Amino acid sequence: MKKEEQNTEKNPIEEILRMDRMPHIWCPGCGIGTVVTSFAEALRKEKYDLDKIAIVSGIGCTGRVAGYTKLDSFHTTHGRAIPFATGLKLAHPNTKVVVFSGDGDIAGIGGNHLIHAARRNMDLVVICVNNFNYAMTGGQVAATTPKDANASTAPYGNFENAFNLPYITEAAGATYVARWTALHLRRVTKSIQEALNKRGFSFIEVITPCVTLYARRNRLGDGLNLLKYYYDMSEIQHGADTRTLDISYQGKLIVGKFVDKEKPTFLDAMNKHLSSVLGNKYQIYGDNND
Amino acid sequence: MTYFGNLKPTIGKIHISKDQCKGCGFCVEYCPRDVLELSEEFNIKGYHPPIVKNEDECCYCQLCETICPEFAIFVTIKKEEDQGEKVESRS
Amino acid sequence: MKKLKADPKGVLTGSHFMDGDYALAEGGLAAGCRYFGGYPITPSTETAERFSERIPYVGGVFIQMEDELASIASLIGAVWGGKKAMTVTSGPGFSLMMENIGLACMMETPLVIANVQRGGPSTGLPTLTGQQDMMQARWGSHGDYEIIALSPDSPQECFDLTIEAFNLSEIYRVPVFVMTDECIGHMHEKVVIPPAEEIELVERKWYKGPKNKYLPYKNDTDGIPFMVKVGDGYRFHTTGLTRDERGYPLLNAECQATCVSHLIDKIKDNADKIIHLKEADIDNAEILVMSYGITSRVSIKAVQEAKKAGIKVGTMQLKTVWPFPEKRVKELAGKVKAIVFPEINAGQVVLEAERVVGDKCEVVSVPHYGGWVHDPNVILNAIKEAAK
Repeated sequence: MKKEEQNTEKNPIEEILRMDRMPHIWCPGCGIGTVVTSFAEALRKEKYDLDKIAIVSGIGCTGRVAGYTKLDSFHTTHGRAIPFATGLKLAHPNTKVVVFSGDGDIAGIGGNHLIHAARRNMDLVVICVNNFNYAMTGGQVAATTPKDANASTAPYGNFENAFNLPYITEAAGATYVARWTALHLRRVTKSIQEALNKRGFSFIEVITPCVTLYARRNRLGDGLNLLKYYYDMSEIQHGADTRTLDISYQGKLIVGKFVDKEKPTFLDAMNKHLSSVLGNKYQIYGDNND
Repeated sequence: MTYFGNLKPTIGKIHISKDQCKGCGFCVEYCPRDVLELSEEFNIKGYHPPIVKNEDECCYCQLCETICPEFAIFVTIKKEEDQGEKVESRS
Repeated sequence: MKKLKADPKGVLTGSHFMDGDYALAEGGLAAGCRYFGGYPITPSTETAERFSERIPYVGGVFIQMEDELASIASLIGAVWGGKKAMTVTSGPGFSLMMENIGLACMMETPLVIANVQRGGPSTGLPTLTGQQDMMQARWGSHGDYEIIALSPDSPQECFDLTIEAFNLSEIYRVPVFVMTDECIGHMHEKVVIPPAEEIELVERKWYKGPKNKYLPYKNDTDGIPFMVKVGDGYRFHTTGLTRDERGYPLLNAECQATCVSHLIDKIKDNADKIIHLKEADIDNAEILVMSYGITSRVSIKAVQEAKKAGIKVGTMQLKTVWPFPEKRVKELAGKVKAIVFPEINAGQVVLEAERVVGDKCEVVSVPHYGGWVHDPNVILNAIKEAAK
C-alpha cells in the first residue's frame, strides 16, 4: 500500500521542470540545481502564473537552466542574454522576464550589457550564479575568480583582481541587489520572491559550488566542503556598503540584501517623458500591445 | 513520539528518486534531525543514494528537498494512518 | 500565408522628398515594425533617428542599445515577444551582428536588418559608398544556413523592398537583409507612399492548435514551422544549439543533418518564389549586364551608349541578390556571349555568376574599390571589350 502511494505522489517541482530532460547535466555537488529549486520554490510560494514568466539564459553551465524549466525559455548566445531579455520585455511588457545565467556569461562577455540594463533600470530579474570560473568550457579564469585561485588558464594562480558584482550593479543603477550563497536556500527564495514582485532591475548573485572544476583545481574538496566554507565564512550584513564586498580567495563572504529602492523603469520613464513632451499625440506603450 | 495535549508535530514522509541521485551528500549533511544516510547500494549510475535511517524523526522541514541539486528527494506530510501508535501525553 | 492590412498609423501616405535612410524607416513602420533596437553608425544613423522621431506617434519602442551586439540580440527577443523588429547598420556594425544573425537563423526568427554599406574593410570610408558586404550577408555568420538579401536602387525601392523584406521574413522565418549603400541612403528623391489599404502585409505564421501538441520546429505542409510568442501559455523552449522538433538540444549528427538541411532547403527550394529580378532587352542580347543597387542606375548610361554603338545589350537587375538566381543566369549564359557585372567592390556577387555559368559564356567583373560610383565609361568599355 505504502509503495503504491509513493509512486503516485509527485515531486511538486515537476510542474516547473521538463522532466523528459532529466537527469540534468550538472555535476554531483554542483549548486546550480539548488538555485533552480530555490527559484521554483519562489514561484510556488508566490503562486506565480507560470504562463506569465519567461527565462532567458546564456551559454554555460548555468545557461542550461532555460532548457530544464517548463516555462517560455530561451537559450541564447554567450553574454547576450540580457539584451535578448531587454527586447523580449519591451516587446511583451506583460511577461516577467528572468535572466538566469552564470558569472562568466553575465559579468564577463556580457559585462557591457549588464551595466547598461542596470543603468536603464530595465524591468528584469537577473539571477547570476557565481561559481568563480567558466565552468562549462573546463574551468578557465573568469572576471569573478578570486585573486590567487587556480584556474585552467591561470595555472600558476590568478593575479588579476576580481569583480565585486554587487558594487558594479549598484553603481550602474540597479534597484535591487542581493548576494547569497547556494546554502542560504530560504533566503535566496525570499530574494527571488522580492525581485519578482518588484519593478526595475533586480540583481541576485548566488555563490555556488563548482566541484569538478573550481574546487578540484584548488583542492578545496567536494560540494560538502564548499558548503561548509560558505557556512563558516559567510556573514549576513543587510544594507552593507557594496564597496566592501570584495571576495578574496577562501575569504569572508558578505551576503545579504544590499540595495532595495524604487526608481522608474525604462518603460515608465519613456511613457512619462514622451507623454509630457508630446501630449495627446503620444501613443502610450504598455501592456495592451498584443 | 511524545504528544503534548492536542499538539502533534508534523511528520514527513520522504520520497527518494534513487536513480536521479548523484550521491553529493547534501541532504544527509544538512538534515537537522539526522534522518538520512548514504546507502551501501549503488544506483543505476553507480552512486550511493540516501536512505531513510530514522523515519519517525523527520519533521517535514523540507530542507533536503530544497537543497537537493538533482530534484531527487521530496517530502510530503505523513498521513495519520501511517503514523503508528500514539503515546500518552506526559501531563 | 495569411495577409493583413497595414496599420494606417504607421503609413505616411503621400508624396515625399526623402532620402533612402528615411525611406527605410518609413518602410519599416508601414510594414508594421514596432520595435527598433539600433546603434548609430554612419551612414545609417538617419534611419534610427527617423524611427525614434516617428515611433512615439505610431506606438512602439525605439531603444538605442549599447552596441550592435545588443541591438541584434534585443531584436530577436522582441520578435519572440510578438513584435516585428528591424535594425539598421553599416559594415563594422554588420560584422558585430554576425553571431546573433546565426542565432536568428537557428531559432528561425523573422527580422529585417538593413545594411547601408560603406567603403571597407574595417573603418574604411564611413561617409562614402560601397557594396562590399554582399558576400558577408550570405556567409557572414559561422555554419551553414541560407538568408534572403534584397538590394534597392532608389529611396522609393528602399521603402518598397523593406516591406517586401518583412513579408519574406515572416513567410520563411528567416532574417532578411536590405543591402543598400551610402549613395542611396543619403540620396533625396521622390518617394510615394500609398494608402494603408493598398499595402499588403503577411502575418506571422501563428500556431493556433492545442497547446499541449505544439512542437516549435515541426514543419507545416509548406516546410515552415509555426511560431508562437511568450505569454500565450505554450511554455516552449528554443535554443541556439542544434535542436530537434521539440526545440530541445539534440547534439548528434542525425539531428544536425535534419536541422541544417531544413534551414538551407526552406530557402533553396523556394528560390523561385523569392527571387525578384528586373530584366530588359534580354531577347537576342549579346551581352548581359548584371547589377544591383546603385550600380544598376549607373549602368543605365553605359548600356544606352553601348546600344548606340550597335551592341545588343540586355540588363538584369538583381532586386534579390540572395538567393542568387542560379537557374535564370545559367539559362541566359547559354544565350549570350558574355556577362558584364559591375559592382562597387573587388568582385563579390560576380563570383556566384562565374560559378553558375562555368564555361558557358564569359563573365567580366567590373570592380570598383568604393568611395564613389563607377564612371559609366568604364562599364561601357567593359561591354565593348566583351562584345568584340
